[in-house]
Amino acid sequence: MVEELGTNTEGDLIINVGPQHPATHGVLHLVITLNGETIKKVEPHLGYIHRSIEKMCESLTYRQYIYVTSRMDYLSSHINNHACALIVEKGMQIEVPPRAQVIRVLMDELTRIASHELWWGSMAMDLGAFTPFFHAFREREAINEIMEETCGARLTMNYMVPGGVLDDLHPDFQRKVKEFISLYKRKISEYDEIVTGNIIFQNRMKGVGVISAADAISFGCSGPALRGSGVSCDIRKIYPYEIYDKIEFDEVLETAGDSFARYMVRIREMNQSIRIIEQLIDNIPEGDFQAKTKAVLKLPKGEFYQRVETARGEFGIFIVSEGGTNPYRIKFRSPGFSNLSALDHMARGSKIGDLVAMMGTLDLVIPDIDR
Amino acid sequence: MFIVNYIKDVFNALKSLAIGLRRTLFYFTHHKEIITEQYPDNRATLHLADRFKGEVVMPHDENNEHRCTGCTACELACPNGTIKVVTKFDMTPEGKKKKAIDKLVYHLELCTMCNLCITACPSDAIKMAQTFEHSVYDRSQLTKVLNKEGSKIMEGVE
Amino acid sequence: MWSFSNIADIIHEWLNKTFNATLATLFEMVIAGVCVIGLFAVLGLILVIMERKVAAWIQIRLGPNRVGPKGMMQSMADTLKLLVKEAMTPDGADKFLFNLAPYIAMMVAMLLMAPIAFASNFMMWNLNIGVLYVSAISSVSVISILMAGWASNNKYSLLGAMRSGAQIVSYELSAGLAILSIVVLSGTLNLNEIVLSQADGWWIFKGHIPVIISFIIFIIAVTAETNRAPFDLAEAESELTAGFHTEYSGMKFALFFLAEYVNVFIVCAIGATLFLGGWMPFHIGHWEGFNHIMDFIPSSLWFFGKTFFLIFLIMWFRWTFPRLRIDQLLNLEWKYLLPIGMFNLLLVTAIAILGWYF
Repeated sequence: MVEELGTNTEGDLIINVGPQHPATHGVLHLVITLNGETIKKVEPHLGYIHRSIEKMCESLTYRQYIYVTSRMDYLSSHINNHACALIVEKGMQIEVPPRAQVIRVLMDELTRIASHELWWGSMAMDLGAFTPFFHAFREREAINEIMEETCGARLTMNYMVPGGVLDDLHPDFQRKVKEFISLYKRKISEYDEIVTGNIIFQNRMKGVGVISAADAISFGCSGPALRGSGVSCDIRKIYPYEIYDKIEFDEVLETAGDSFARYMVRIREMNQSIRIIEQLIDNIPEGDFQAKTKAVLKLPKGEFYQRVETARGEFGIFIVSEGGTNPYRIKFRSPGFSNLSALDHMARGSKIGDLVAMMGTLDLVIPDIDR
Repeated sequence: MFIVNYIKDVFNALKSLAIGLRRTLFYFTHHKEIITEQYPDNRATLHLADRFKGEVVMPHDENNEHRCTGCTACELACPNGTIKVVTKFDMTPEGKKKKAIDKLVYHLELCTMCNLCITACPSDAIKMAQTFEHSVYDRSQLTKVLNKEGSKIMEGVE
Repeated sequence: MWSFSNIADIIHEWLNKTFNATLATLFEMVIAGVCVIGLFAVLGLILVIMERKVAAWIQIRLGPNRVGPKGMMQSMADTLKLLVKEAMTPDGADKFLFNLAPYIAMMVAMLLMAPIAFASNFMMWNLNIGVLYVSAISSVSVISILMAGWASNNKYSLLGAMRSGAQIVSYELSAGLAILSIVVLSGTLNLNEIVLSQADGWWIFKGHIPVIISFIIFIIAVTAETNRAPFDLAEAESELTAGFHTEYSGMKFALFFLAEYVNVFIVCAIGATLFLGGWMPFHIGHWEGFNHIMDFIPSSLWFFGKTFFLIFLIMWFRWTFPRLRIDQLLNLEWKYLLPIGMFNLLLVTAIAILGWYF
């Protein structure tokens, strides 16, 4: 079907976007069929960064397999690790101390903000504005430093362990987080000035990549990609884990379903995360940061599923256990994979420039898609 | 009405662009906001968090003694096979055989700094060092032996 | 007083005394050619380092600061690197056109240099249709981009070239209309005479709001014409990797790069000439004393100062705005800039006929 000159029988131009391409932020390979500048079809080709993480996990114990999930969606590694810890606790009925719960939620929300910051910068870069990328890194750096102090790493923290967290909070943690909040509140209005309010940006985002609520659900979208279409799907609200049911925060919903709606969902979500952190930062209960657990963890025989809300959407772990120290079969439900599948539907009929904007608003992390 | 809307559109568009321009001009003129760290130059003042996970090391005291009993807990805890404990049998003064480590081989190139070995160690023999400049010319240099030449176990560590 | 025109006169007299007229003219041509190439090289180096510094400071970075004092030699090092790099020609490319394209880009930029008045009485060619010449030659630059895009045998390049074609052809129009408004006011096509007509104040101050509008239109249009962000659709890094120069490397790429910066310089020089008085010092009406003080600043400084201000403006745009989409780009031109420009030209004409300018 594909001839030598890269056109198909109908005379459409076929272009490979990726695996090495500045807009795909990784090794995603899209084969797009073009009629002039208009997209007729987008076909994602996956597998360039497949590391068979699911198979690897089958040979690791329930303490060891946590670190692998940091390497999937590396921008929300805390939240992935959180899901791993939760499923073991659920299976073994481990009671997590209240202090550990609060620390976990704080870390999750900080991770979410850091992830959205990076998304904001890279999405603006996809649209051709380079400056926001550097401005976003300024705020993200503050979070990374907090993480480095408490968890000992900046990106792949491996801070969650079954039964709590690895280490207690650093003494500077509260002060640093408060500093970050004040920095964030000073700088967030600049985001509107440089990007959100910009007429070029709004014209690029509004009305492109529209996906209806029904379509988004049928493609299995989750997270901001689905909330942008007006579907309530925040796991923190509908299947609350840890202490999310006791915290006040709003689920962010936009109804337009276009790129701008998804953009606004993420921007407003950052503010909600700040709200959660502000509630918790002065109310961290005293006590243990880790429950006493057995040296060898064994999940009882059976099937377990745990879902959490990462920065990109619903992340789920499904474990089939034979009662041993390793999972018999493990399956990760990654938000990026399902969100990517909606790309073809969104992109048909729009221009190449819009495709880049849509990929930006879906916030694809390629290792998360391929695993 | 069309003309009024048209002019309003143009005016609002220009205004939004001007707001963005004002913000970038602010940064252009305010060099205090620059956040670049000039890394190799600021090595002397570079502050790394004291929990930073750089590489696994085994602390030795002034008598060249460490705390490792050779129990292989770290080796078992490691998800990547980063640590290999090679044991030998020492003779105690009473003439008994006693297990001790010959070599604790650490493959830095396999390590993901997950901290599981440190938490698994019952005698606090290993810890994370705050180093991060790990580049070498040859991969074989990344394979390290953590216990020093001729070191032995500290008194009283079981 | 030493000025560029004095030096030029001295050389001219000396050459005419020493050689016969034909030889003297030939020598002058050679000197002018060497000067243009020298100016090119210097401009390329200065503008690249300027762009990188502007970008860095806007992006709260330090920018190049290693090579030479405060990193000022960075662009020299870059040029050296590009010189020693292999200039590859892809297998399926049309070799002749592929290699020709960068030279055409350079040639257009060089030709545009001719009628610009760099200082008082200092220009290569005192052309009586200077404005017409500039707008005619600058449209040729699209040919080099189309050539490069087509000959590369790369689909990204082709898309970039096609975008660029549509873009430059459309934006020529509103740039032309904006230039026309000054031609109407000053009544001449000669760039030097346009400068002289601003002796009692620059057109942007004398011509009321209509001239300010045409100045804005001019800046937008030339930004698009030189393929600079937010109109860099021909290169569009995140969409088309590098657009029409994806396949170019080494010195051939450097020529495109240089041509882009020289083009920016030229359009800014023209903008400065038309709207900001070129080499004409800042004069206010009949304030003889004030005007006299301003005359002490050499005219070449005025010219380069204004030009670099406009260049900064264009760089400032680049590092602030996101890129437009191709259909929005054409909408902007045909639905906004062109109608506004035409209406504005009518206004300017009315002002010129009624003599309502200062």
